[in-house]
Amino acid sequence: MKGSFIDNLGRVYGMYTGGFLVFVLLMALLEQMGVGADTIGILFVAFTIAIYALIGWLSRTMQVDAYYVAGREVPAVYNGMATAADWMSGASFVALAGGIYFGGYGYLGFIIGWTGGYVLVNSLMAPYLRKFGCYTVPDFIGTRYGGNLARFCAVVVLVLASFTYVTAQINASGTIAARALHIPFEAGVWFGLLGILLCSMLGGMRAVTWTQVAQYIVLIIAYLVPVFWMSNKQGFGLIPHFTYGDAVQRIQELEPLIGLGTAAIDKPPFGGVGILSTPHFAPGGGMDSWKFATLAACMMMGTASLPHILMRYFTTPSVRDARRSVAWSLLFIFLLYFTAPALATLTKLQLIDPNLATSIIGRSFEEVQNLAWVKNWSSVNMLYIVDSNKDGLLQLNEFFMRADIVVLATPEIAGLPYVISGLVAAGGMAAAMSTADGLLLAIANALSHDLYYKIIDPKAETRKRLIVARVLLIGIGAAGAAVASMRLTGILGAVAWAFDFAMSGLFFPLVLGIWWKRANRAGAIAGMVVGLGAGTLYLYMVRWGGMEPWMGIDHLRFGIIGASASLIAMVVVTLMTPEPDAETQAMVDEVRVPSGDAILGKEH
Amino acid sequence: MADNINEIRQQHWKKTRNLTIGVLIVWFIFAFLLPWNAASLNSMSFIGFPLGYYFCVQGSLIVFVALIFLQNKMQDKIDDEAGLSGE
Repeated sequence: MKGSFIDNLGRVYGMYTGGFLVFVLLMALLEQMGVGADTIGILFVAFTIAIYALIGWLSRTMQVDAYYVAGREVPAVYNGMATAADWMSGASFVALAGGIYFGGYGYLGFIIGWTGGYVLVNSLMAPYLRKFGCYTVPDFIGTRYGGNLARFCAVVVLVLASFTYVTAQINASGTIAARALHIPFEAGVWFGLLGILLCSMLGGMRAVTWTQVAQYIVLIIAYLVPVFWMSNKQGFGLIPHFTYGDAVQRIQELEPLIGLGTAAIDKPPFGGVGILSTPHFAPGGGMDSWKFATLAACMMMGTASLPHILMRYFTTPSVRDARRSVAWSLLFIFLLYFTAPALATLTKLQLIDPNLATSIIGRSFEEVQNLAWVKNWSSVNMLYIVDSNKDGLLQLNEFFMRADIVVLATPEIAGLPYVISGLVAAGGMAAAMSTADGLLLAIANALSHDLYYKIIDPKAETRKRLIVARVLLIGIGAAGAAVASMRLTGILGAVAWAFDFAMSGLFFPLVLGIWWKRANRAGAIAGMVVGLGAGTLYLYMVRWGGMEPWMGIDHLRFGIIGASASLIAMVVVTLMTPEPDAETQAMVDEVRVPSGDAILGKEH
Repeated sequence: MADNINEIRQQHWKKTRNLTIGVLIVWFIFAFLLPWNAASLNSMSFIGFPLGYYFCVQGSLIVFVALIFLQNKMQDKIDDEAGLSGE
């Protein structure tokens, strides 16, 4: 049965995609028949979560290699899809386009960073880690450098980076569940967690893999369909990606005319909303370029060190498949990332171009106030308008909105039917759940395999190991949900921090473990401890300690400090201590050869 | 025989390393050099986009995707020639 599932993947997911499209059409039909928007939203979220849970249940397993690495039988293309879902978080789905809308040139560092990072993954990491045959990232560190201390340091970095990230994801899934199901946010968080655990608990990596593929399909359809539809409606052609250059130029023409950069006069009564004040694209050179480059560097090196991404490449049948699947991952991610700027541009033009019927800037204040979408989003504190200068017209500095609106409200702004908004909610949920699943599993696996099995109780039998892994999964999930429901994420949950933590502690110990034979245990431990310590201290000083950032390296970029400290510490300490023994050096040579058996056994 | 295998492996690693360095140079150009100079690139335009903007939102991304596929193709060839493809 198992073999036949892998052989029939194309048919299974083809049917699944067809089924999902039929479901969307059915919802559209229900809408036509007068079923309310609320019911459609509930059906969308409930139906998709039920499907994921079903896949999770079907993939249940009690085998170690199936639980940790999906039995190493995931074909490259499907692993690419799963990685793309693992990678694209609720933040990518909901906030990326909004970030581009508000942030201009400075924000595009994220786009370059979150795609270019895969070149590093492919060149420096994935094929070699696959050859190694590890179950988790600390498994590599522990075996390459030897000793429980090195393994333990890697576990600490992994937990810190991933936990920072996962609270933000549980928060996002809670927000979407709360809005779609009309339950309080706190209940939404626990509901979201329940869905996440259903996907991962019974089948570990195997279940997460096959649900992530399903989630990728939902999220990419949900992202692309509204953009294509809107583009057609607004006359930018079927696929706007290659033709929106005119829209960019038109925005640049309009910016001085509509008073971009004029400060707001009134303050909105609630937080989280802002006016548009950054030009769409106006790089100033010098400091602007430096900030772009440092942000991109942090996101790229973070990508190449985040354990929940690296561990996806442990699931392919061969080294070659690991490389292939990195290529597919980036292609699938690219589909969303090159759509987001198009969406941001078209949405902005729709709002500010007086020649378009949808525009609101420069229109009568009363008229805008009565638009259905303005009313809807004002009522949930995601939008705020005020006639500061009492001229009866809406100016740019009188229009406040939350960045998330660019994705969530675009269907409404463009006047698309509600079924599209339901689809977008399902897509956002899929994105948040798939990333949360990957992260929770990365943490639980590191704690159960590296901390419990390798360090605390190496004699534990398989059954006990897998039960411990599941108990940890629930415990960490609950801790994440508890933190998320305290709504601390505004303070704790900056997604960029996860990247900075990961790169501070893990980037150089991983890269040099493969590329520098001389690197030894003392050096790696120094690299992890000093890197993470220096990065965290710098973050604390800049964010809460009142320190002026050095050369524009603010709290989003603290990985630059951490990784530099890590590199220096690792090289200096390595050179001061004896080189690793011949056995370790031979192991590094073996890792560099793509053929032959993995370093670690199939079950270890 | 053992020396011969070592020889092959060393050659294979040298080629792999050179390919990796080449890939990282291309990566550096599109990830850092072009976005760094976006302001001056903007005086030119490409299919209706200001060129600097184009690279930041699309051009560099396309290069990254193509680069990884190309690198894998070349790496496969290096592995096959050394008889170390593992398949």
